[in-house]
Amino acid sequence: MKSDPVGAETARPRGFWARLEQLNLRIPYNAKLGAVWVAIFAFLAVLFSQAHFDTAWMRKNAWFITKGLWVTVFIAAVSIFFAIILALLGALGRLSKNPIAYGVSGFYASFFRGTPLIVQMFLIYLGLPVIGQAFREPFRGWFLLSAIVSGIAALSLNYGAYMTEIFRAGILSVPHGQSEAAEALGMTYRQRMSRVILPQAFRVIIPPTGNEFIAMMKDTALVSLLGTQISWADPFRRATLLGRADFRNLEALVVAAAWYWILTGFFTFFQRRLETRMSTGYVRQAAITKRPAAGRFIPASAGGGAGGGASMVEVPPGETGPRSEERPG
Amino acid sequence: MNPQRAEDGNLVVRIEDLHKSFGHLEILKGINMDVREGEVVVIFGRSGSGKSTLLRCINFLEDPTSGAIEVGGIRLSGGHRNRAKREQIRQLRMRTGMVFQQFNLFPQMTALQNVIEGPVTVKRIPEQAAQTVGLEILARVGLADKAQEHPIRLSGGQQQRVAIARALAMEPEVMLFDEPTSALDPELIGEVLATMKSLATELHITMIVVTHEMGFAREVAHRMAFFHEGVILEEGTPDELFNHTRFPETRRFLDAVL
Repeated sequence: MKSDPVGAETARPRGFWARLEQLNLRIPYNAKLGAVWVAIFAFLAVLFSQAHFDTAWMRKNAWFITKGLWVTVFIAAVSIFFAIILALLGALGRLSKNPIAYGVSGFYASFFRGTPLIVQMFLIYLGLPVIGQAFREPFRGWFLLSAIVSGIAALSLNYGAYMTEIFRAGILSVPHGQSEAAEALGMTYRQRMSRVILPQAFRVIIPPTGNEFIAMMKDTALVSLLGTQISWADPFRRATLLGRADFRNLEALVVAAAWYWILTGFFTFFQRRLETRMSTGYVRQAAITKRPAAGRFIPASAGGGAGGGASMVEVPPGETGPRSEERPG
Repeated sequence: MNPQRAEDGNLVVRIEDLHKSFGHLEILKGINMDVREGEVVVIFGRSGSGKSTLLRCINFLEDPTSGAIEVGGIRLSGGHRNRAKREQIRQLRMRTGMVFQQFNLFPQMTALQNVIEGPVTVKRIPEQAAQTVGLEILARVGLADKAQEHPIRLSGGQQQRVAIARALAMEPEVMLFDEPTSALDPELIGEVLATMKSLATELHITMIVVTHEMGFAREVAHRMAFFHEGVILEEGTPDELFNHTRFPETRRFLDAVL
């Protein structure tokens, strides 16, 4: 209970505001939080009904939009697979003393982080065939990629470039003594990486990679802008097609948005569990703090939380900190 | 008493006019040293005198600027690496065991997995056979019952003994100890030194030890070398260095640590 420093002797608070404050203290925090969410949804419901929101249309056409969900998951899954490979190669290149490896990976990371994803998609979809003109017939066709393949290529390259930094940091988080111990045993570079460095680095790498996957699922909607065929249309493309045809843009887009939201919420849940699991054994018990109750109300904390994995990892005993080494850059 | 120095034993390590500079700073200014089979050499001196750098040059964790290193018949000179030299360095490292100040055990592996990692991955020995040998070596350092434990569950002294077992499992021609007890709590130093002593006196393992543990040196070393400003200022048997010190620098250092 809060004590009033001025009128401490008065037993009962006086006045409307004082009583309101008294009441406020009695309501649990989570109840207030729930009320806020209910209020937001109520406000939106009122707003939508004023805009003649057509729930009947929505019910009738929701399934058509929903059918595109597999495209979202498929594109994201294939792209994250290639992005992980590219990020690993990029990170090894960034940590290499070889000028070719360092230069190529530097160009890759710089270009694909320095240009918009949508521009990269169009460059691959519309720009590559033009480059193909310079080649003879059997090769010329290789530069002509379908919308879906272009989209997957751009997502892989773009996310791979961002994840290069995650992988690089993960590899650098392994103390230098580990590499030296492996070297002293006579291990080759490959053996050192696969047996000693990467298994330890992945503890740090996997949680943020989960975050990237969740972010990527939302960016798959951009592939629609290349003009995918209906068999490869994701919820966003289906929503825009249907919404425009029936003048039901709001209804169609709300369905699509809801699905993305549910999808990211679903994967965020698993990503958090994974993160907790990855840190067991490495983290002191006290470091595992209970997440605030707010987590239950927010399916996907957009761009926000769940990134604490790396900072929770404890440095193995006897090591003083992240390895610092004379590397270019 | 220390056994007689093996004057006529096989040469295991030869260091010839070794120089090492970091930028403009010359850490090693011409080191010459021969180590014969079964010999225990203790290197001591003030921090920054170059003793650890010498040890790290022997297995090329640092590239010597000039001079030559020979271990078990493999002879390599300092200077730049190329593809052929890299492979030779690897061969040399397989004949050299190293124990670090900070243990540097692989945390994702159990004690036994740490010990057999070298034999299995580097020497391509079948895992079953390596495990049998690995357990024997762990028993040798007194940790047979900790074979399935991860390093995080072991004390510092136990971790360092696992690290010794890991180096030993490669059957090296020489073991290099880089201040093996400096990171340990005082009450754990004894068990590591006892393990090292048993390697020297029972298995007659050739060892080069950088340490400040003068009791260990007096008891186990055949030869001691005092490092001072990048050179070996004084070298001899423990008796010569402790009781018939020639240089005032050595005397001052010994008085400070004894």
